[in-house]
Amino acid sequence: MWYLCVFFHRLLDYRRPEVEALADLFAAFEDCPLEWKLPQNYHFDSPFHFVNLPSEDVARNVAHRSILIKGIYELWGEGSSFEELEEAIKTYPVDRKLPYLVSESTFKINFDSFGKGFSSEEKNDRIHRLSFIPFEGRVSLRDPENIFWLMEADDYGSNNGLPPITEKRIFFGREIGCADRKLLPTYQLKSRTYLGPTAMDAEMAFLMANQAQAKSGKLVYDPFVGTGSILVAAAHYGAMTMGADIDIRVVRDGHGPDCNVWSNFKQYGLPMPISLLRADNNLPPWRAGLKEIFDAIICDPPYGVRAGGRKSGGRKLLKGVVDPYTVPDNLRTGHIPSTASYSLVECVHDLLDLAARMLVMDGRLVYFYPKVRDDDSIISKFPEHPCFKLVAVSEQILSSRYSRVLLTMIKIRPYTEDIAEEARIKHLEFKINHLKWLEDGNLHSAVFNPVNQGDDTYVKDPKKKYRGKYV
Amino acid sequence: MRLLTHNMLSSNIKGVTQGFPLQIEVTKSITKQVDFNPDFIKNMLVKVEWKALVEAARAMGYGELPETVEVGMVEDEDFLRKFHHALLEIHLEEGFLVCPQTGRKFPVCKGIPNMLLNEDEV
Repeated sequence: MWYLCVFFHRLLDYRRPEVEALADLFAAFEDCPLEWKLPQNYHFDSPFHFVNLPSEDVARNVAHRSILIKGIYELWGEGSSFEELEEAIKTYPVDRKLPYLVSESTFKINFDSFGKGFSSEEKNDRIHRLSFIPFEGRVSLRDPENIFWLMEADDYGSNNGLPPITEKRIFFGREIGCADRKLLPTYQLKSRTYLGPTAMDAEMAFLMANQAQAKSGKLVYDPFVGTGSILVAAAHYGAMTMGADIDIRVVRDGHGPDCNVWSNFKQYGLPMPISLLRADNNLPPWRAGLKEIFDAIICDPPYGVRAGGRKSGGRKLLKGVVDPYTVPDNLRTGHIPSTASYSLVECVHDLLDLAARMLVMDGRLVYFYPKVRDDDSIISKFPEHPCFKLVAVSEQILSSRYSRVLLTMIKIRPYTEDIAEEARIKHLEFKINHLKWLEDGNLHSAVFNPVNQGDDTYVKDPKKKYRGKYV
Repeated sequence: MRLLTHNMLSSNIKGVTQGFPLQIEVTKSITKQVDFNPDFIKNMLVKVEWKALVEAARAMGYGELPETVEVGMVEDEDFLRKFHHALLEIHLEEGFLVCPQTGRKFPVCKGIPNMLLNEDEV
């Protein structure tokens, strides 16, 4: 059945993929993508979408679990004028309306608008014009059984130099469910005891956990766990969590006994991670034969813009400054191995290889990938792997020069000997050409180096995109 | 560190071929209660290396696990609870994981194993 799905006007690219991932979680689709429609002449980035979901229960579950759905509604009518709306509501099948209009029921009508502000008189006036609907139930503003929404959208002029995304249209429908945004103030980073410089924002962490379909009984792994901000969201949805990081200070010590990764879980009454360990994503310590154990891998890899990745092997050694050396036996205890820079290309290669091996079939890999925005190429190239199918790409613009893209990949083929062998050869290649990869993959300079002002070809915001107010 | 983690880890020092299972040296161990989730536990039963788990549990002072597992045991709640206890509730808080081939000790400190290798081991 078709439902009206109204989104919050933020993180525009993340909204449909979230619904798709959750619909799949609650209804387990067999390979058929979710069907979507837009109101006539509406732009993709408007908050108003129509989605075809198998049942009202699925729609309710999706809405309650989501972060970006303002509401999913059974649409009773729409029109470009009030007369058209009235006509549409009157022709909507009586048997669909009647159960919600009967005298034993309680109800309330809310008014919402997009692109235009209304005074409370105007709102009341509009609600009163709905008196042609034969409501027999009692009005209850505090605890109604049925909530109806009258929503008016209007063209509000240009946005970021782009044409308007909506035009005048009025919708009326019955609410099925909406997002529980109360989660966000509870989990917001400023209330978190232990924070690192790149802790994941709570809203984004929940979106990532939704993409990964985290739920009770599943095991979720983050190879760059840091302060655990992504796993906190996965644990909130009941998943078992596991994290690794190369920096022992982060995972072990934190800032004292009640300010570490464990305390971040304790703070919210969440179950502790199954395990935290100090390990290098470049040389993971998994036993031979261990595979298909994680249901999802969620991470924000260090891509060298705000924090650079590290791998073991020795800084000077890999640069070729010193000869291979041995740590003397008397200095082994407490020896802190030096680490070398870990280029983005190598990091992503290792991540995909790890995921291909360690994810169960249909398991999900959810991670951020950086994108330089003044790149001329229209079609962005994202990492590929024979075991994976890319199902969602959501961009979040961070500055005029770069953005990060949340990629969701599903494991569709088993990890074979051939793929493992290829990955091993590639791993050695990275080790030999360590320096070359560092130069090629340096995103930091692309983002932070001053732009040559005399260069006319540089345009400040090269690809204009619609952006919500707060994104 | 729980025994589930122990069951997944191996010594990955360059040249080591028999890095699993790591031997456990206990300095301090604790038990913490974890909610029993039968789906998760059953799922893990096929993934773990049973012999290594039995030995690890014994090293931690828990000898209730049977030497071998059979298919029918998935339905035996008493068994599943023992498995759950061994896998998730016993923690190695302080101690070492020892590489069976080279004897290299990986420290476990505050429950977190440090599996990072020195420069000459990679």
